[in-house]
Amino acid sequence: MKLKLDKKNFIPFLQSLMDEYDLFAPVRLADGVSVYKKIDRPNEVDLSLRNTQKPAKEIFFPQSETMFRYEKAEKENRVTSTEEIKRNRVLLGARPCDIQAFALIDQVFAGKDYTDIYYLNKRKATTVIGMSCDHPLSTCFCSSLNGGPFHREGSDLFLTDLGESYLVELLTEKGMAFQKNKFFQKADDKELALAKGIEEKAAAKVKVSVPVDGIEKRLDQMVESPYWDRIQEKCLGCRVCTYLCPTCHCFDIVDEALTKKGRRVRNWDSCLSSLYSQETSGHNPRPTNRERTRQRLMHKFNYFPKNFDRIACVGCGRCILYCPGHFDIRQTIKEIQKGGEG
Amino acid sequence: MNEIATTNHHHEFIHMKNPYLPIPAVVKNALVETSDRMLRTLELRFLNEEDAQAFSFVPGQFCELSLLGKGEAPFGIASSPTEKGSLKFTINKAGVVTTALHHLEEGTEVGIRGPLGNGYPMDLFKGKNVLVIGGGFAFTTLRSLIAYFLHPENRNKVKDITVVYGARTPGLLLYKEELAEWQKRSDIKLVVTVDQGDKDWKGKVGLVPNVLEEAAPSSENTYAVICGPPVMIKFTFPKLMALRFPNERIYTSLEKRMKCGIGKCGRCNIGHLYVCKDGPVFSYAQLEKLPKDY
Repeated sequence: MKLKLDKKNFIPFLQSLMDEYDLFAPVRLADGVSVYKKIDRPNEVDLSLRNTQKPAKEIFFPQSETMFRYEKAEKENRVTSTEEIKRNRVLLGARPCDIQAFALIDQVFAGKDYTDIYYLNKRKATTVIGMSCDHPLSTCFCSSLNGGPFHREGSDLFLTDLGESYLVELLTEKGMAFQKNKFFQKADDKELALAKGIEEKAAAKVKVSVPVDGIEKRLDQMVESPYWDRIQEKCLGCRVCTYLCPTCHCFDIVDEALTKKGRRVRNWDSCLSSLYSQETSGHNPRPTNRERTRQRLMHKFNYFPKNFDRIACVGCGRCILYCPGHFDIRQTIKEIQKGGEG
Repeated sequence: MNEIATTNHHHEFIHMKNPYLPIPAVVKNALVETSDRMLRTLELRFLNEEDAQAFSFVPGQFCELSLLGKGEAPFGIASSPTEKGSLKFTINKAGVVTTALHHLEEGTEVGIRGPLGNGYPMDLFKGKNVLVIGGGFAFTTLRSLIAYFLHPENRNKVKDITVVYGARTPGLLLYKEELAEWQKRSDIKLVVTVDQGDKDWKGKVGLVPNVLEEAAPSSENTYAVICGPPVMIKFTFPKLMALRFPNERIYTSLEKRMKCGIGKCGRCNIGHLYVCKDGPVFSYAQLEKLPKDY
């Protein structure tokens, strides 16, 4: 169902969402970093941010998250889990690449055998209002990975900026719950035609085509390739590509303790860290950048597809934009397709 | 194309327990195993009877032991499912958590998450001979396996049981009293060896690979299970090949640094498999297809 939201009603609309939900949306923080965060005031929301620096995954998988608090006692220690989500949530303004990534990490956290209740409680409590991406960046290559600037997978509602208003598409059952929202009106044919034109223009702006077909099979033959020795030279091991990747889901679990009280916390972790797989004995199964760079790329383009039938990359381009060593994953993919030449 | 997994799993999920929460248990007994005092066996008892009833495992599975304020670490279960009422873990003192576990007194609370991992392929072993090769303190889940099959209810599930177990010195052997009991039995062939004896040692002296070669167990209708330090495995493997064990019938249990233990946190993968949930037990037929990330 296609409706529209007049921009002059946008702030009241946000306010009405906040009355009923915890609202999460893109914001530029005082230090300049753009993130998705819980909204305290409607005018914090900034839909002009294209690809926020930090991906939307942290709404469901925070960079640092308390799993439980504990208090030691004589008889039985008290452990209080923080898994419960008390208020439903709306994530507004996330871009198609970040939203497509939810479908990928859902598979990890839902799992066949174990369910990650911290992630899934947040996921289930959240209505996703996606936002079209009218001005893709030069680093964007979403259309090579089954995505695109108007890819609607994973969105419950989907907004397109028409200038004076937003086109609002209700795409799922969760989305249809907004059918009678007082700020939504029926969209007319002119607006639908306008939206179609914007969609076509945006699609044409993603110029880069990255050949990912068959990359899983290609990598099967490259486990011991000298290629990894070569590309690891560009990697400083700073890990920014993994932290900012919307599909990377690794974490560490640590205890933060006072004498009697404390909490168990999970924090984002990265396979590019030398300590990541180092064992207490000192043995490190991935002792150099070679094995660690290989792990990152193999996980995305070989291991993940083997387990879940999809490549663990959505083409958001953050790893290209923020790498201090100018490591370009698009180039890497092309080289892998040539067996490590090029 | 992919239905959001959360909807698929909705029903299961609302009834599911949080797999990250430790189940409370207490130390029933703590025993120093080795002369260097680096290995200690903790016997743990669940604090609540319903947790004890709900806990069911197979040899080869492991648990995350949790000390609030210190953290968690994974350990293979050293007791057998036939030994009801408690769980045993033999712990090598190496880092923060293991050192803290070494300092526990009887009655102290410990958290348990598990059982985790796949365990040994007990169904495949049915009706077959089993050859168990162990070295040093990697004998823990092998002890669980052997104790399971030596239980009167299970002894007829497999045919011959042959065990080759070695340590560097007599003082470093685990479960010495039990080894002595097994020596007396006629339904298990046990060869215990040390790299270097001492004045009281009357048993065999020799490295595990050589002792295995000498014992020359038949590979016919036999599964081999091998756990030990990498150097022992490296030299024992060719001996198994010479005895004509195919890779499909050689199993091992791997260790890797782990955190979540349930295939989410990412770190223990070898290729597309996770040691915590797809292992820790693998056949060499599986391992030869994977990167050597271990």
